[in-house]
Amino acid sequence: MITLPVNPNGPAPPGPALSQTWETVLTVPNGDRSDRSPWNWLLVVPIVLPLLPFLFNSDEPRLFGFPLFYWLQLAFIAVGVACTTVVYQMTKRGR
Amino acid sequence: MQEHLTEIIVFTFLFLLVSGMGFVAARWRRPTDLASLDEWGLGGRNFGSWITWFLIGGDLYTAYTFVAVPALLWGAGAMGFFAVPYTIVIYPMVFLVLIRLWSVSHVHGFVTPADFVRARFGSPTLALLVAVTGIVATMPYIALQLVGIEAVLKAMGVTGHLPIIIAFAILAAYTYQSGLRAPALIAFVKDTLIYIVILVAIIVIPAKLGGWGAIFDAAQEKFAATPAPGDGILLNANNQLQYITLAFGSALALFLYPHSVTGVLASRNRDVIKRNMSALPAYSLLLGLIALLGYMAIAAGTTPIGKDNNTIVPRLFDQMFPDWFTGVAYAAVGIGALVPAAIMSIAAANLFTRNIYKEYIKRDASDADEARVSKITSLLVKVGAVACILFLDTGFSIDLQLIGGVIILQTLPAVALGLYTRWFHRGGLIAGWVAGMTAGMVLLYNIGNPVTGKLHFAGSAFPLKNLGFDTSMTIYAGVLALAVNLAVAALGTVAARALKMADGGDTTRPDHYLADEGDPRIKDLDLTPGSPKAH
Repeated sequence: MITLPVNPNGPAPPGPALSQTWETVLTVPNGDRSDRSPWNWLLVVPIVLPLLPFLFNSDEPRLFGFPLFYWLQLAFIAVGVACTTVVYQMTKRGR
Repeated sequence: MQEHLTEIIVFTFLFLLVSGMGFVAARWRRPTDLASLDEWGLGGRNFGSWITWFLIGGDLYTAYTFVAVPALLWGAGAMGFFAVPYTIVIYPMVFLVLIRLWSVSHVHGFVTPADFVRARFGSPTLALLVAVTGIVATMPYIALQLVGIEAVLKAMGVTGHLPIIIAFAILAAYTYQSGLRAPALIAFVKDTLIYIVILVAIIVIPAKLGGWGAIFDAAQEKFAATPAPGDGILLNANNQLQYITLAFGSALALFLYPHSVTGVLASRNRDVIKRNMSALPAYSLLLGLIALLGYMAIAAGTTPIGKDNNTIVPRLFDQMFPDWFTGVAYAAVGIGALVPAAIMSIAAANLFTRNIYKEYIKRDASDADEARVSKITSLLVKVGAVACILFLDTGFSIDLQLIGGVIILQTLPAVALGLYTRWFHRGGLIAGWVAGMTAGMVLLYNIGNPVTGKLHFAGSAFPLKNLGFDTSMTIYAGVLALAVNLAVAALGTVAARALKMADGGDTTRPDHYLADEGDPRIKDLDLTPGSPKAH
């Protein structure tokens, strides 16, 4: 039947070293923590691209029989995944 | 009905199997006590990346989407593909917003967007407006899940309302029993089934129809032959603005729905949310491919049952697959309807309990009281949704859903902008809500469809020439209404400050929006009496 890809306690918690770092971070005043990062600007790309119809509103060139309109918009999904993944990796706190 | 016997047997078997899982879910992931709203309604707030992915995915990509989006492509062409840019722009857009909501909610113990608004702007009235908006927008959404099930049942030759009532009675029973754990567990099965069905569909069907090129050509031919000016496999000069504003506006609306917020708050920490925002687009790819089933149906010459376009996809499956696999596909759609319906009813119930019952009816409600009221409300919400289907016609529930999108957008200034700025005055926000809501209703009321002869509420594409512009372009009504809302909220804020009107207090502090798992404040405030916490 279905096997769940998690153990009953959820994914493994961060190791002791990591949690300790956290404790230390948290005992200092919070002024040094922020969500700001230049990497966040990368998120603008997948927001703007799909909203520019002149880029994709055309039949030719076709790819595997798909008109440009369809394959390029599907390709934007990959752009979205790439950008959000990079931003996540560069800004995650568990490092 | 006879010729669909195999399908019915497979469908029923899978449906019952999943229902069994729903009841067992109460025992999953150590829920020693579900008698608190946190445990029942948010699954204890400790879902990791995988579960969150399935939960939010199962929540946003509903059975209705799987049935209605291809139906839209089948009928109107390229316009229906807006679902793809919509689900691309959403994730980067909310990537930074939702982690702030997660943090502040976990510091203060918020369960609903209205909880946040109440604390941020010190205004029970504004919170009530947000709560009522959420409930009203969610109800027709639940009803639409039934439309998905109904389309499948119709395709199997099962008519009458009894099967739907039974399906929802089962759903209601296990949501009552297991809370958010039920949909989270079932979402695994639902998505597995849907992925299998779609992979098979996009390989087998184009092969049978002579390839993708032939499918698109057939669609083009069909649209070229129709008199309607707006259809075609590409956009035209007049509907491009509608396409992008609809995609953008729908994306803005999506995470304002209480059920999306529920899925996000149930995750374990901020990184889980960020990781999910980059992994959830896998569903968008699925959605894009599902949408193209509409063109496959054109190429295959599929016809709907009666005038119900929603039966196009079920009919296509019936035409293309062996009976047993059609049964699996139908079960995927049917089960796909249950997951979001369960989460939506939980979210609506939380809104009622926290922001109406506790605020206005019984202020000293205990945790057990809250959990009980929430469970009962979630039952009532589902009964209401079933009533929508039984007593209103299907077309009307789709209209309600359309209105739902426009009205939920009106909570954006308070909820989404409120996460970033406290500049707005509570009076300005209330005035903005009233103005945006009124504008939205007036716009929707004035949208007619000359083809069907419907005069009001016939769509969301508002012709700009009605505003005096010399053009045939249309725009998504929700975006216009939101613009009115924002303008009035800003003017109202300036006016309220000038008149020195009293503003509400703000119990949140800037660092509350940055707190993460492991933060002592989160640990403390997440503990509620009567619920042994996982933390």
